[in-house]
Amino acid sequence: MIRVEHLTKVFEDKLVLDDISCTFDKGKTNLIIGQSGSGKTVFLKAIVGLITPTQGDIYYGDTNFTQLNRIQQKEIRKKIGMLFQGAALFDSATVEENVMFPLHMFTSMSDKEKIERVNFCLERVNVTGANDLFPSEISGGMKKRVGLARAIVLNPEYLFCDEPNSGLDPQTSILIDELIKDITDEFQTTTIVNTHDMNSVMGIGEKIIFIHQGKKAWEGNNKEILSSDNEALNKFVFANQMAQELRKARSGGK
Amino acid sequence: MLYISDDMRILLYHLGNYFILLTKVFARPEKSKAYYRQVIQEVNNIGLNSMGIILIISLFMGSVITLQTAYNTESPFLPKYLIGLGCRDSMILELSSTMLALIMAGKVGSNIASELGTMRITEQIDALESMGINSASYLILPKIVASLFFFPLFTMLSIIIGILGGWLSVAITGVISIPDFNYGLQYGFNPFYVTYTLIKSFIFGFIISSVSSYYGYTVEGGALEVGRASTKAVVYSSINVLLFNVLLTQLLLS
Repeated sequence: MIRVEHLTKVFEDKLVLDDISCTFDKGKTNLIIGQSGSGKTVFLKAIVGLITPTQGDIYYGDTNFTQLNRIQQKEIRKKIGMLFQGAALFDSATVEENVMFPLHMFTSMSDKEKIERVNFCLERVNVTGANDLFPSEISGGMKKRVGLARAIVLNPEYLFCDEPNSGLDPQTSILIDELIKDITDEFQTTTIVNTHDMNSVMGIGEKIIFIHQGKKAWEGNNKEILSSDNEALNKFVFANQMAQELRKARSGGK
Repeated sequence: MLYISDDMRILLYHLGNYFILLTKVFARPEKSKAYYRQVIQEVNNIGLNSMGIILIISLFMGSVITLQTAYNTESPFLPKYLIGLGCRDSMILELSSTMLALIMAGKVGSNIASELGTMRITEQIDALESMGINSASYLILPKIVASLFFFPLFTMLSIIIGILGGWLSVAITGVISIPDFNYGLQYGFNPFYVTYTLIKSFIFGFIISSVSSYYGYTVEGGALEVGRASTKAVVYSSINVLLFNVLLTQLLLS
């Protein structure tokens, strides 16, 4: 479990995150949703430690991550897997080398064991026969899946995904969502997904935190989200024509 | 109260950040085996890929300096061997270290800055940090190590090829006799000049690789900023090379 307490982040004189407190549960896909520019990515990066918060505490289990020095944080980071928005695969390395990278850095496995583990993870995300290809030679959806394979290769306790569906077609988006959900269930990870994709919200949102203008504006799950009376959330959820018509139909055409 | 102009403030800001980055770069490596692999890769990128251009430039520099000296010292009062001596000392003292460093600032410096800048904007550096890897050390230290090793080697190679270029131009044009040129090459040789030029090239290697890395590593924004960082890397590396050329000459030859 990850617990965030009174997290605040100010860039120069701009308040980006304003006193956010919440918890992210183990074995669940926890979603952070909100409009572009609402502070989602800053929030996620602050939790991972890529951005230092101005105020507040982040607990991994019972350990206060913000109070740890760089060496101590490294121990927690070994338990973290992260899928970035653009997959962030290393351009100069092949698919296999990308997935193998954390194994090189943090394990003393033999080469044979590493290759077995890499192939297992690549098969787990449905990428086969692409071991020797470079990131520039594979599609966007495939990059995300390879990024996911790299994120899970060390069996992380915590899985972070920053906009895993951005730039993908709806079908591939659903595949990625299902993969994230399956991996969360299978490995019982604490998964945090940063998204503004409503398909993901409805499909895998077991716990949802809605960020609006840097503040936590709502918390719930995918069953509660459609019936919320939070105005900002409703604007976000029912932004497109189809969702508005669905809402009308639910309320008897009013 | 002490008044600091905006330009001075920016200079101090960059200088401070540069030294902070260097402390990260020279932190203890996480896994020496992985660093070794990176160094080998940089030896190829920085060293072997630059060999061709160095050979061509040095050959023509030596040739031109010989012909220019010959045509500008056509006097019965000046001994002919001065042309060989001029070629040798010009190559050793200045051309093979400083001129070469300026050319390498353009080739290697822009390459390093654009590579790191692209890694920054595509979140590859964030990916390394999220895994708990000291990205500055992992990415920059091998570039510095490869440069420190290769720049003195380049200089030695350039001296030899430059003198060969001079010798060839004499042999082809017959501007002076080859024995006169050979005598000049051997006349009044001061071995300390070689030490001096090797010290300079060692320091120039450090300046070019570290300054360019700084501008690449700290890029914020998109492709446009990567281009700007690349230009800055070349400009500031070159300025520093010229500045340290004066300082080292005064320190070592006075």
